[in-house]
Amino acid sequence: MSTASPASGSTPDSVRHLQDIADRIVAQAKPGEQIEAYVSRARETDIRIYEGEIEHFVSAQSEGVGVRIIRNGRTGTSYAGTLDVSALEEVLAEARENAELGSVDEWAGLAEPDGVPVVPQQLWNEQLEHFPTEEKIAIAKRLEKIALAADKRVRVEDVSYSDVFAEEAFATTTGVRSGGRENGCYASVGTLADDGDETQTGFGFSVGKWPGEFDLDKAGREAAERATRLLGAVKPPSKRTTVVLDPYVTAQFLSIIGSTLNGESAIKGRSLFKDRLNETVASSMVTLIDDPTDSRAYTATDLDGEGLAARRNVLIEQGQLKKFVHSSYSARRAGTKSTGNATRGGLGGSPGVGCLALQLVPGTASQQQLVADIDDGVLIQMVQGLHSGVNSISGDFSTGASGLLIRNGATAEPVREFTIASTLQRMLQDIVAIGGDIDWLPMRASGVSLVIRDVTMSGA
Amino acid sequence: MVDLTSEFDSDTLARVLDAGRSMGADFSEVFIEDKRSVSAGLDDGKVEQVTSGRNRGAGIRVVAGDTTGFAHTADLSERGLIEAAQAAAAAARAGGGGTKKVALSSPRRHPVNVVRVLPGSVPKSDKVALLMRADDAARGVHGSIVQVSAGYADSVRRILVANSDGVLASDEQVRSLFRVSVVADGDLGMQTGYESMGHTIGYELFEHNDVGDLAVAAARQAVTKLRARPAPSGAMPVVIKCGSGGVLFHEACGHGLEADLVAKGASVYRNRVGELVASPLVTLVDDGTMTAEWGAIGIDDEGHESQRNVLIQDGILTDYMWDYLRARNDNRSQSGNGRRQSYADLPMVRMTNTFVMNGDSDPDDIVKNTDRGVYVAKLGGGSVDTATGDFVFGMTEAYLIENGQITEPIREGNLIGNGPQVLADIDMLGNDFAMGNPGTCGKDGQGVPVGDGQPTLRVKSLTVGGTAA
Repeated sequence: MSTASPASGSTPDSVRHLQDIADRIVAQAKPGEQIEAYVSRARETDIRIYEGEIEHFVSAQSEGVGVRIIRNGRTGTSYAGTLDVSALEEVLAEARENAELGSVDEWAGLAEPDGVPVVPQQLWNEQLEHFPTEEKIAIAKRLEKIALAADKRVRVEDVSYSDVFAEEAFATTTGVRSGGRENGCYASVGTLADDGDETQTGFGFSVGKWPGEFDLDKAGREAAERATRLLGAVKPPSKRTTVVLDPYVTAQFLSIIGSTLNGESAIKGRSLFKDRLNETVASSMVTLIDDPTDSRAYTATDLDGEGLAARRNVLIEQGQLKKFVHSSYSARRAGTKSTGNATRGGLGGSPGVGCLALQLVPGTASQQQLVADIDDGVLIQMVQGLHSGVNSISGDFSTGASGLLIRNGATAEPVREFTIASTLQRMLQDIVAIGGDIDWLPMRASGVSLVIRDVTMSGA
Repeated sequence: MVDLTSEFDSDTLARVLDAGRSMGADFSEVFIEDKRSVSAGLDDGKVEQVTSGRNRGAGIRVVAGDTTGFAHTADLSERGLIEAAQAAAAAARAGGGGTKKVALSSPRRHPVNVVRVLPGSVPKSDKVALLMRADDAARGVHGSIVQVSAGYADSVRRILVANSDGVLASDEQVRSLFRVSVVADGDLGMQTGYESMGHTIGYELFEHNDVGDLAVAAARQAVTKLRARPAPSGAMPVVIKCGSGGVLFHEACGHGLEADLVAKGASVYRNRVGELVASPLVTLVDDGTMTAEWGAIGIDDEGHESQRNVLIQDGILTDYMWDYLRARNDNRSQSGNGRRQSYADLPMVRMTNTFVMNGDSDPDDIVKNTDRGVYVAKLGGGSVDTATGDFVFGMTEAYLIENGQITEPIREGNLIGNGPQVLADIDMLGNDFAMGNPGTCGKDGQGVPVGDGQPTLRVKSLTVGGTAA
């Protein structure tokens, strides 16, 4: 969210309006109460094209408020999906009632301004605001054509254009007052490739602050490639091997690693790496940074989920664990300061803790150069079922995968319907090379080619 | 709670539907939802927060030819609804054409769930007390238990659907849920246990079921896994315990039988009605009318009464699942499977309660007849690529089978298979049918509550994704 703290000056009227609502709620605090108000509003467009025609056109507007009250160490929260005045009063009353029911927690409390300056970011794009609807439709239609033209075996399952315009404001009795707005757009295509009785699937996407930043040719080409490259894929034999993770897969792996560096989990004894600060937890080539102030990151932002400035944090440096990420609550419990990593999963509930924009410090080699150093291995291009096969508390890692075998330094035949497995602890230690091909993907982590040895491949 | 049809008179709804078709569309629909939720979470021995919330609004859908326009609003005044209808009509871009006045039928209700104790009638302090009870019970199981989190949630979702075909229907869906997660710490690192229960009923859920028992089960799972060996790697027979994982069928074929995916040629089961697609032992049903089950609904989110649909009979594919649009395109009836996460979402084809019916085998015989393999006592989530049929699902509690006996616990991992192949490879089916844990099925970013169930069964070959040779 682009910010003004406190909201004033160049802040658009619509954000100021949200800030006023937040301020009014907080002003109703009774003696001994801490109140946080979070107010948001969003507009979204979603256009789906199928076979050259509009399949659906969704025009959505939403708004809502979330209130957190802390009194005598007890926390209560409430929310409503409306900004009606009558609803606001009900939300405040409900939060107050709920705060009677929680346990007393000596560390309970809201964020307080910490003096860390907000790094200004360009999160709002006027060109997107004025971009004509007809051209949004045309973009989706063009992307469908590009994917179809890339390979005659390819069909398009669906193609979408979507954009979102979001505004938010925070206020707390502890003095946080911040807010801002952000917009962005996304085009994506899902493909099917047929060869005889066999069908494989692929996808491609492009993101931007406005459609002028799209690379539709790349999105369409990748969607066709992802589907066709798996045609004829077989189930490989089971064995221990070396894997090269494609940047898209690495980004998902880093997101899981990031979840183990959650400071609240560490305090509550749920992190693999609790009590391991300053110890070696990864190969010495690993430096992992969470940096939402890097404007190249898709999830770059200036405020965290409590309205504090987002900031750069080095989590693992040359293999050594340097830091867990914290919200103001987890930091208070751990006897440290918030790292600006409070996250908010919607209007309701207290903020959680999480990494915002992870990146691995890249090496220099291209993916092809990394593959050239491997006699026998697999290039993992897609994974399936990370949510069901990875336990970030025990560290067990097992995921469905597809990709290309690597033989004598070159990629060979496609393989699918197998799993790769290890543990998160081992995988971090077993990283043997990091590529230079950093890719700023639409996730909370960027990707880069990553080589990990001694992984079990289970297939036939 | 008052039925939503008493809050919105049919003349108002008819005017909104007319506005939806003002630009010549051939179908308009208004979906009104008023949902109240309460949740409470315990972690680290403390009730960290109690949350309550309300979401109330309407989604207006307008269909012109093959194009759907959709808009939603939190403003439920007639003016708010008509503005949303006009936005949806513009989005559908029908252009020109006259309108026909809508005549709504009398309101229809098709209650399949009976609620005895509305959650709102129970003091929140009682709900919070359940959390403390679960925490105490789990921690009492073993000294290795280092962390417990528990969650309580209830929701009352009132919906109303009216459309230009004259349908006017309403439903009240009351759900109650409890979950417990436990962490145990031992010489080989930490392990987790998880149990949940959820039904489409009110607070009476907790009169019949003890959250303490649920917590003890979760704790035992974590403690048992402390001595787990690495899971094996490679293809082998897998026995799945009754009620532990209808998710297998949800992924292996359920999604592939959704008519929207079939229509786009994105399902391995396309053009296969009437053919043998599974072992003749398998009869698969999707049933929204299963009283009190997690996926039970009176009407679907398009106003169609829920129903019981046999999808696979004795291994032969009999039908797909349908929503309004796909049924209209194929000139056939809907099957009560048009669902949406909330008023802000478009409906699509979704499962309700999906299950495999009983076979003849004694579950003990299934294990005895398996020389070497894996016994899965609890499955986690899963996912599927419907076009290829490749699917994965996680095992959260599993054991080795050696010489026809269940032996050592094994660590977590995914299983991977191909839907049609796995369905054909089911070679033993038990007579001990049970429903599984409440689930949330995700599709296109929308989550809806679903149930699943199956008897104990054996798949003669599945790839187990562990690390041991």
